[in-house]
Amino acid sequence: MSKERTSAVPAAPAYVPTDADFAFDTTIDITTDRNYASQGFWKGVFMRFFKSVRAVIGLVIIGIIIILALIGPHMNSYGYSDIQSVTDPETGKEVTARSMPPHVPWLHKLTTGESYDDPFAEETFLFGTDSMGRDLWTRVWYGARVSLLIAFVTIFIDMIIGMSFGLISGFFGGVADAVMQRFVEVANSIPRLVIVGVLATFMPKGIVLVIVALLLTEWIGMSKIARAEMLKIKGQEYIMASRTLGAGNWRIIFIDILPNTIGPIITQMMFSIPTAIFTEAFLSFVGVGIMLPQCSVGSLIEDGFNNITTLPYQIVPPILVLAFLMLAFNFVGDGLREALAPRIEDM
Amino acid sequence: MADKILEINNLDITFSTTAGPVHAIRGVNIDLERGETVAVVGESGSGKSVVMKTVMGILAGNAAINRGEILFRYKQDNGETVEVDILKKDKKWIRKNINGRRIAMIFQDPMTSLDPTMTIGKQLMEGMIMHLGITRQEAAERAVRLLEEVGITEPGRRMKQYPHQLSGGMRQRIVIAMAISCNPDLLICDEPTTALDVTIQARILELIKKLQAVHGISVIYITHDLGVVAKVADYVNVMYAGKIVEVGNIEEIFYEPKHPYTWGLLSAMPDLETDDARLYTIPGSPPNLLHEVKGDAFAPRNRYALKIDSIAEPPMFQITKTHFAATWLLDPRAPKVEMPEELKKRVARMLKEADRNGGQL
Amino acid sequence: MAANYNAEPILKVEHMSQHFKINSAFTVKAVDDVSFEIYPGETYGLVGESGSGKTTIGRGIIRLYDPTGGKITFKGADITGRLNRETSQLLRTKMQMIFQDPMASLNPRKKIGDIIGEGLDIHHMYRTKEERKEHIDGILKKVGLAVEHYDRYPYQFSGGQRQRVGIARALIMNPELIIADECISALDVSIQAQVVNLMKDIQEETGTAYLFIAHDLSMVKYISDRIGVLHLGKMLETGTTDEIFSRPLHPYTKSLLSAIPSPNPRVEKARTAVEYDYETSGIDYGKGSLTLVEGTHYVHGTAEEVRKWTSESAG
Repeated sequence: MSKERTSAVPAAPAYVPTDADFAFDTTIDITTDRNYASQGFWKGVFMRFFKSVRAVIGLVIIGIIIILALIGPHMNSYGYSDIQSVTDPETGKEVTARSMPPHVPWLHKLTTGESYDDPFAEETFLFGTDSMGRDLWTRVWYGARVSLLIAFVTIFIDMIIGMSFGLISGFFGGVADAVMQRFVEVANSIPRLVIVGVLATFMPKGIVLVIVALLLTEWIGMSKIARAEMLKIKGQEYIMASRTLGAGNWRIIFIDILPNTIGPIITQMMFSIPTAIFTEAFLSFVGVGIMLPQCSVGSLIEDGFNNITTLPYQIVPPILVLAFLMLAFNFVGDGLREALAPRIEDM
Repeated sequence: MADKILEINNLDITFSTTAGPVHAIRGVNIDLERGETVAVVGESGSGKSVVMKTVMGILAGNAAINRGEILFRYKQDNGETVEVDILKKDKKWIRKNINGRRIAMIFQDPMTSLDPTMTIGKQLMEGMIMHLGITRQEAAERAVRLLEEVGITEPGRRMKQYPHQLSGGMRQRIVIAMAISCNPDLLICDEPTTALDVTIQARILELIKKLQAVHGISVIYITHDLGVVAKVADYVNVMYAGKIVEVGNIEEIFYEPKHPYTWGLLSAMPDLETDDARLYTIPGSPPNLLHEVKGDAFAPRNRYALKIDSIAEPPMFQITKTHFAATWLLDPRAPKVEMPEELKKRVARMLKEADRNGGQL
Repeated sequence: MAANYNAEPILKVEHMSQHFKINSAFTVKAVDDVSFEIYPGETYGLVGESGSGKTTIGRGIIRLYDPTGGKITFKGADITGRLNRETSQLLRTKMQMIFQDPMASLNPRKKIGDIIGEGLDIHHMYRTKEERKEHIDGILKKVGLAVEHYDRYPYQFSGGQRQRVGIARALIMNPELIIADECISALDVSIQAQVVNLMKDIQEETGTAYLFIAHDLSMVKYISDRIGVLHLGKMLETGTTDEIFSRPLHPYTKSLLSAIPSPNPRVEKARTAVEYDYETSGIDYGKGSLTLVEGTHYVHGTAEEVRKWTSESAG
C-alpha cells in the first residue's frame, strides 16, 4: 500500500529563513493556556439584533413615537385640553375652531396660492381639531404619552409579580407548584372584560382602573415564561454545582437562575407592551378608560370613530400611532428573540 | 493505476460571524482512492467536519469558499466515469445527484438522521424510491435485505417500528442501512460511534468495514479518537487549526510520526501497558481562528517550537512517498528532535505486541 | 501522596439503593444494593454503560438525590437522611463534584472568577476582596489557565478549558473527596489526557480522594487504584485495578475490557470485541451476591457461577 500522493505538494514559503531561525524558541510559555474567544455575549446579541432589518425598523419607529410623545405636545402653544377660539374682529363673537380639517397656512399657500380666509388664518393645526375645538396634534402625542406610560408602568410591575410567581412556582415544584398553577389557571380563565366589569362597579372609571385591570391579567404570561425558564434551568449541571457547594434556595433562584431568564423575559415584555397598549385603547374605546378632558390613543380613536362618517380625518392619526406602536414592538420582540436564541456560531 | 474518487485541493474557507471573519479552513488537501479508507483526525474546532460538510454541499450560509476545488469522480449508470467539481455545483444539483445517492453520511447522533415521526421502513424506502426510481414493492424488499445485512434481527417487525423504540446501537445500524441503501460510492462517517456505549462501538466499526468490503465503498472517517483510526483507516490525515499537518499511511502515522502534534495525540491515548506516572499531552487548547494565524499555528503548544515557527508557515516536508508533515523540525537546518522518549518506548512496545499476536495489516 | 488503606475509609457506601417511581405499578431500580468504600487519597473508578446507575450513585452520595435506602458515611458522619448544620457544612465543603458536560456545568451569565469563587462566597471564606481575588488567581494558575481569564465568560472557552474551570471550582474548597462524574467523556482524547494529568497532579499535591465515574475503562485504568464495574444498577465486580485487569471474572467486565481500543493499528485491526447481552447471557443479577474471590477482588454471581468463572480464568 504505497501509492504516490501527488496532491500534497510542498508550497514554497514566501519568507526565506536563515539558519538563526532554526533555534528553539524559548519565549513561548506552554504551561499557561491564554486562549479565549474575544466576543462577549451581549455584543453578539446586539450585532445579531441590528442585523435584522425588521428589528431595526421597529426600534426606529418606537424611538420616533417616544420622542414625539415627549416633545410633540410642546411643539406649539396649545394645551391638550385647551379649546381653541378667537374673537371674530368683525362680529365680536367668540369663534371656536371646531372640527377643522388639517390646517397648515404655508402648505395651503403653497398649493393654492392663497391664504386661509377663516379666523384662524395664521394658526397651524397639523392634524386638524376635534369636535370640541382642541388641537389634535397636541392631543395625539399627549395621548400616546399616556398610553405608553400606562403600558410601561403596568408591564414593569407585572414583570416583577409574574417573575417572582413563576420562578418560585417552578423552583419548588410539587405541592407548591400545583397550587400556584391551579391559581394561575383560574385567574387566566376569567375573561378580562368580566374583571373590568367587576372593577368598574366599585372603582371610578379612569386611568387607575385601566392600570389595575392590566395588572390583574398581564402578569400571567410573564409567570408562565418565568416558570418554563426555571424548569429548564433548574436541572442544569451548573445549578447542581451550586447545590453541591451548599448554595441556599434563594441564592440559587435569584443569583444563579434569575440572570439566565432575563433574555426571554425581556422578549416577553416586548410582546406584552403592545397588548397593554391595545387593552388600554380598548377599555378607553368602550368608555371605561381614560376620561375627558384627558386622552389616550384609545379615547382619541373613540372620538374619531363617533365622527368617522362626517370627519374621517380625526381617526387617522391615533389609529396610525396605535398600529405603528403594536407593529414596532412586535418587530423588536421578534428580533430580540432571534438575537437571544442560544446558538453555536454555525461552522 | 491511480483511481482517485475524491480529490480536495487547496480548500480555503472563511466564516463570517458576528465576532468577525473566522478563517476555519486554511488550504486543505485530501486524496481518497477508490475502495480505501481515509481518516481525518483532529480536535474539535480543527475544521474536520467543515471539510466534510463542504464535500456534502451542506455548508452553513455564512461560509465563503475563498479557493480550492473538490473533484469527485463517479461512474454513471451507463458506466461512464464523470468528474465534477462539487464547489462549482449549486446546492439543488448536489442534493439531487450527490447527497444520499453518490455520497452518504453517517453522523455521531443517529437521531439527527432519523425522523422520529416516521417508521423505520418508510424512512429506508423513501431514499431508494427517490434516488433509484424503483417501485414501493421493490424498495420494501430491498429494505428488509438491508436491515438483515446490518445485523438487525426480525427486520420485518422493525420496519414498522419508530426510532424511539430502538436502542442507540440499533438506530446507528438503521442509519448505516439508510446510508448504503442507494449504493453510494463514498461514505463519510462523522464520529459514528462517539455517542454509543463502548461495547457497541467496536461492533459498529466492524459492520462498516464489512459493508465497505462487500460493496466496494470508499470511506472517510472524521474522528478525534485514534483507537477508531487504528481500527479502520488505510491513510490518516492529521488536521490542526484548519490545515492538514501530517499525512501518511496508517503505519507511518502510528509507528513513525513526525509532527509534534501527532506525537501528542498518540501519547495522549493510554494503551493498556501505560504505567508512566503522567501521560505526555499537548498543553493548552486549540487556537481561536478569529485571529489570523502567523507562522505555525501549533507553535504556542509546541514544546519543540523554533524561532522560525512564529515567522513563517512550515511547508509540507516529504518523508516518504506517502508521508508528509508540515513542521519546521524536518528542515535540514533545524536541530535534530526525536519523538519523546515515552512515545518511542510505546511504539517499540506496540510493534512487539503486534509481532506477538502475529497481527498483520 | 498515595492512598492510605490503613486509615478509616473517607467514604463508606453501604447497601445504597435508589428507586425512581415511574407510576404506581412501575418502579425503576436505578441503583440496587451497592456497597463500596473509598480511602483517603485513593481513586476509585466506577465504570458502566449508560443506564447502569453510575451517575445516580455519584449524585446520591453528594445528596443531589435522596437515596431510597442504605447508609452513606463521609468522614465518620452519616450523610443520609436529614442533615444538621454541621454535617451539611462538612458535605458541602469537603466533598465536591466535577460534572460531565463542560457546556452545561458553568453558569453562562457568570464570570469565570465568580464561578470559581462561588464556594468562597457561600461559605464566607475570605475577609477582603483582595484575599478572594488572590485565592481565585492562585487556583486559575494551578489548573493551567491565565489570570486574565478571571473576567471572561464560559462561552468564550473551549471544552477542555471549561472543564479546568469546573475542577478549579471544586478545588478551591480544599475537598477531601471529589466525585468526577464522566468529567472527561465529552472531551477530545487529547484533552482528556490533559484533564486526567491535572487531576493526578492535584491528588499528589492535596491528597484528595476521587470517585472517578466513567463509561469506558481506558482512562479509568490509568487513573484508578481500585475499580468497580456497574451494570443495570448492580455492582458486578470490584477490586484493585490490577485484579480487574489481570483477571476479569464477570462476562460483562470481560466485554468492557475487550472494548478498549488500542492505538496500535496492527493489533486493533485484528481485534474483535466480546459481546455481552444480559438477556441472552443466562445470568440473573437478582439471584447472585457479591462474593470474595481473593484479596479485595469481589464478583457478583451465584456460588456456581463464581466457581465456573474462577476456574475458567485459572485455566
